[in-house]
Amino acid sequence: MDYILEPWPWYVSGPLIAIVMFLLLYFGRTFGMSSNLRTLCSMGGAGKRVAFFDFDWKAHRWNLTVVLGAIVGGFIAHHLLSNPTDIALSQQTITDLNELGFENAGKSLLPDELFSWENIFSIKGMLILIIGGFLVGFGTRYAGGCTSGHAITGLSSLQLPSLVAVIGFFIGGLIMIHLIFPILF
Amino acid sequence: MSKYIKFFLVGIFFGIVLVKSEAVSWYRIFEMFKFQSFHMYGIIGTAITTGILLLLISKKMSIKTTEGRLIRVPKKDRGFKRYIIGGSIFGLGWALSGACPGPMYILLGTGAFSIIIVIAAAIFGTYMYGVLKDKLPH
Repeated sequence: MDYILEPWPWYVSGPLIAIVMFLLLYFGRTFGMSSNLRTLCSMGGAGKRVAFFDFDWKAHRWNLTVVLGAIVGGFIAHHLLSNPTDIALSQQTITDLNELGFENAGKSLLPDELFSWENIFSIKGMLILIIGGFLVGFGTRYAGGCTSGHAITGLSSLQLPSLVAVIGFFIGGLIMIHLIFPILF
Repeated sequence: MSKYIKFFLVGIFFGIVLVKSEAVSWYRIFEMFKFQSFHMYGIIGTAITTGILLLLISKKMSIKTTEGRLIRVPKKDRGFKRYIIGGSIFGLGWALSGACPGPMYILLGTGAFSIIIVIAAAIFGTYMYGVLKDKLPH
């Protein structure tokens, strides 16, 4: 039981993620989480104004069902299958985060400095989450996929566009962490 | 209804794996972009390696889907600009919010309710892409 409660090593988690991809392909679908954002826009009636959202969202209910499952899975894993819930970050990461003003690095899944209610109700805190989310939603659709669609599914099927997209993910991520974070925090 | 159960179960499995792997943690994404741990690279690397093997095996053995067709991965459209620009925009947001579109929902399940703001903003971002799509280089 300890093996389940402790964090799972990368060589267990990685192959299990590939199995998620394979199961969805086996069921005649595909592994793509960001598509749900488009489906949600369509569900909300965006198809009346914007042609991009004018499609039969009901055909994508299977993927929204995966999302519902993922929420339940998140609950089960965090509340019933995790002890401890600390993240074993590298010492250097903890030092760097302390210097940026993040205390208690790794003591929870998300830093209070960004996700606590207290922080969200500050202008800066709110803007960080809104801009971060906006860039994720805009960028994934522009690139036609996210980590699941491009990095896992696209690279597993050796598609060049996905390699370009993943290189893009890293260009953006490295700029944010190395150039923008020192200004923001 | 019953045809959705398998997708619900796959979702639960996906959520559990991503929490247990810590890939849903903002801290792990920060650490990855700092190149200070092998953890995330190990996850992504073994996921892709296993994925390649599973796809090769299913092709060799002509494994059929539950709907009776051969297993097929959708082909991405050709192009360069949309992938490098769109990918970079996503990367900026991924590093800032620490959440890609799968983990967003999973984090909601762990009780991190403030992630709702990120989800709402991501839906709005997708909407704005739809609005601007024809004006952007692809």
